[in-house]
Amino acid sequence: MIGLQHYLVVSAILFVMGVLGIFINRKNIIIILMAIELILLSVNINLVAFSAYLGDLVGQVFAMFVLTVAAGEAAIGLAILVIYFRGRGSIAVDDVNRMKG
Amino acid sequence: MIQAFAFYLFSAIVILSGALTVLSRNPVHSVLWLILAFFNAAGLMVLVGAEFIAMLLVIVYVGAVAVLFLFVVMMLDIDFAELRSGFVRYGFFGLLIALVLAGELIIAGGAWSAGAIDIAHRAAPASADLSNIEAMGALIYSKYLYIFEAAGLVLLVAMIGAIVLTHRDRKDTRPQNISDQVKRRPQDAVRNVNQPVGQGVEL
Repeated sequence: MIGLQHYLVVSAILFVMGVLGIFINRKNIIIILMAIELILLSVNINLVAFSAYLGDLVGQVFAMFVLTVAAGEAAIGLAILVIYFRGRGSIAVDDVNRMKG
Repeated sequence: MIQAFAFYLFSAIVILSGALTVLSRNPVHSVLWLILAFFNAAGLMVLVGAEFIAMLLVIVYVGAVAVLFLFVVMMLDIDFAELRSGFVRYGFFGLLIALVLAGELIIAGGAWSAGAIDIAHRAAPASADLSNIEAMGALIYSKYLYIFEAAGLVLLVAMIGAIVLTHRDRKDTRPQNISDQVKRRPQDAVRNVNQPVGQGVEL
């Protein structure tokens, strides 16, 4: 059986990949949303691994709720992106602060 | 043996495709790498016996979220080369922060395995004679029923929010007016006429 440590390391590396993606793609909001999905995926791996190794199902129930919130967040984020693109013709995040009112 | 092989295969692919998701030039390729990462994460979860979450991951993420991303990436006409201009400038700083974060996470993992955390108390112990999906169902629909309902509410709010945000009234279409249709009565709309032979109908 693979140890819990292995799962924790995989999920830590995936988490760091997501954070790195947010840093290096600062202008492209689509990639930022995908990086957030990666971060939430690594959180889910963590929850499921702990749940399996501690013999406690609550971790998997919580992973399901994380999944729900991630799906809703992606839908709302992409909807905001679509209306922003419709108004400005670009998705550069740098000048979002012009969107006052 | 086969378990270890499967674990290393899945985890290598999930890390590789996660890296390519954030590094690839074309966002369509990014979405496809993201889908591969989700599939392999589902494989990792199957390995520890969490079949329900694994299948949920495949259905919800690959079937819905990734396709939504793909729709948006292909629908919007974006100059992606221009968006990558800060790539090198932020690259060094981002890599530095990522390395620090990775080190901290691994140290935290090591500290956790050193003990001193009470793990004997379990909220919902997994029983050996129930399959994973049966045990999850028994738990969700009894102990966590209200939270489950709240998750449904979150999805409802997200759906209504996405529709309200992206909906627009277009002037060149003729939308259905439901209240007019419902208010229409037979006696207002139908007329019986005793029409004389050989004359035209008066409208």
